[in-house]
Amino acid sequence: MNNEVKFYQTRRFKTKTKNTLVLAILILGSIVLLIPLWWMISTSLKTPAEIAQHPPSLIPESFQFSNYFEAWQTGAFTRWGLNTLFISVIATIGHVFVNSFVAYGFAKIKFKGRNALFVILLATMLIPAFVTLVPQYIIFSKLGWVNTYLPLIAPAFLGSAFYIFLLRQFMLTIPDELSEAAIMDGASHFKIWWHIMLPLTKPALIIVALFAFNAAWNDLLGPLLYLNDENLYTLQLGLQTFKGNVQVQWHYLMAMSFTVMLPTLILFFIFQRHFIEGANLSSGTKG
Amino acid sequence: MNETVINEKEKPYPPEKTTELDVTSAALPKAAVLSKRKRNKGGKTENLMGYLFISPWIVGLLFLMAGPLLFSLYVSFTDYNITSQMNFVGLDNYKRMFTEDNLFWTSLWNTLYFVIFSVPLTTAGAVFVALLLNQKIPGMKIFRTIYYLPAVLSGVAVYFLWMHLLSPSTGLVNTILDWFGINGPAWLFDPEWTKPSLILMKLWSVGGGMLLYLARLQGVSPALYEAADLDGANAFQKFFHITLPMLTPIIFFDIITSTIFSFQIFQEAYVMIQGGDLSSSGGLEGGPANSLLFYNLHMWNNAFKIFNMGYASAMAWFLFFIIMILTVFHLKFSNKWVHYDGGDKK
Repeated sequence: MNNEVKFYQTRRFKTKTKNTLVLAILILGSIVLLIPLWWMISTSLKTPAEIAQHPPSLIPESFQFSNYFEAWQTGAFTRWGLNTLFISVIATIGHVFVNSFVAYGFAKIKFKGRNALFVILLATMLIPAFVTLVPQYIIFSKLGWVNTYLPLIAPAFLGSAFYIFLLRQFMLTIPDELSEAAIMDGASHFKIWWHIMLPLTKPALIIVALFAFNAAWNDLLGPLLYLNDENLYTLQLGLQTFKGNVQVQWHYLMAMSFTVMLPTLILFFIFQRHFIEGANLSSGTKG
Repeated sequence: MNETVINEKEKPYPPEKTTELDVTSAALPKAAVLSKRKRNKGGKTENLMGYLFISPWIVGLLFLMAGPLLFSLYVSFTDYNITSQMNFVGLDNYKRMFTEDNLFWTSLWNTLYFVIFSVPLTTAGAVFVALLLNQKIPGMKIFRTIYYLPAVLSGVAVYFLWMHLLSPSTGLVNTILDWFGINGPAWLFDPEWTKPSLILMKLWSVGGGMLLYLARLQGVSPALYEAADLDGANAFQKFFHITLPMLTPIIFFDIITSTIFSFQIFQEAYVMIQGGDLSSSGGLEGGPANSLLFYNLHMWNNAFKIFNMGYASAMAWFLFFIIMILTVFHLKFSNKWVHYDGGDKK
């Protein structure tokens, strides 16, 4: 009788208990993570009177969709939205093509000093952006670029160390035979990059595009520094002025915050697989 | 990172020269020989093409990195105010920074506080979440999406959201604390709680770092665990002797990058500062009792509020210096605890 295994000692029972425990923690964690977003939407649909209630209600008594329209009217949000879209799209195009171009140089062309330059590229990732912020501002202001989109767009066409690194790692996994065959046919590196590399690295390019668009869309520092004219404002900058203008009208503030977040949320749900692959791609190469 | 660089170095450069008389190339099919010859002849053009392809980055490196860095080093020894004056003042800016400017030390302390708490907490949080999400449970894909979601959200909207969540009387956080009979703090209005508020907000988006760990965990060979099972190892032993060592390269990378990143905290404070007495900081915002005056905010105020470019450049260089020291320190001590063993090999 002593040899009999009690039910709580079996492997199956142990795994089951463990899985139940993990599941419980995960569900609890999900609630904690999602509540802020739900709270944002809930507040955006309440009346000011209901927001001031104590204790606050979890679900709005009546859904005030008009909050969104009224909040939209308090600033030049249509214009700011179009400005942001313009900057983000141009910057994304720059990042996708220029970084891929540079990455091709580092991955597929053997030139003198390539390794040394690549080490420098990696080292620049460790330089804090704020160190170059002040001198960059001086340079751009001397060029007369303040109050234009150039300081926000031009750097996107001069390569970004992290994206170059990411794309180069991806290109290294593509066998050289393909490009060698093309060289035999007399193709130049330009043609190989355009006709072979760009299509083959599409998954990595989508990742770069997503990250770049998101970064440009959510950038506050650049616009804050370089844009003074209210007509040129981006959504982040417009939203930021909300803080001073409106005496904390949370229903408007949350309505506009959610609206500004919406494009990022939509992109995330459409491309979530790519977001996750992006992280895998950058981690897989760092081990 | 290092591995790939080393692999590149092992490849001989320039490619071995082949002559017409070379036996091996004679034996090769004609086409291959042709292509090989073509490439050798093109050594110079190949170099040129290489530089051409990386030229956008080189231009960026010179005009957005190296140039500005050197320029700001020079400016840090002047009283430059971007419009009229630019006199050489020697080490005055640095002297003022270390001996006269109390706010400099306040800002350095605030930043260190934030780095010291937020980096270990977010790293540990990311590892913990990754371990949970690595279990084999149906519906795991949905959980991964939920946990990653806050990490893609950023910018002013998120800061406003947290200002609302942390609002002392009507905020959700204090309401929930109330249910448990806890009288919540005034968060962003209380000098003691302003920095913990920002750290709490950072923890919300812990899922961003989680993905890196998850990817690594999924690469750990099951054979390692099976072997440990045979040896009768318990769950804790397996974690500390297999899982954790496998994660150390990612932890190492995560700590370096998030230290650099956290040192530069600026936007959060800039947007989320509420209240506070402006007279104590000469009319410049620093939050309640200057508790949110982070290093970069102090630098920003000096550079773009009072246009003291010389002083701000000196601060920038000191920041650069601190971060370099920290990075070298991390690299030096990495071999003490980081394991670079691959998946199956030991």
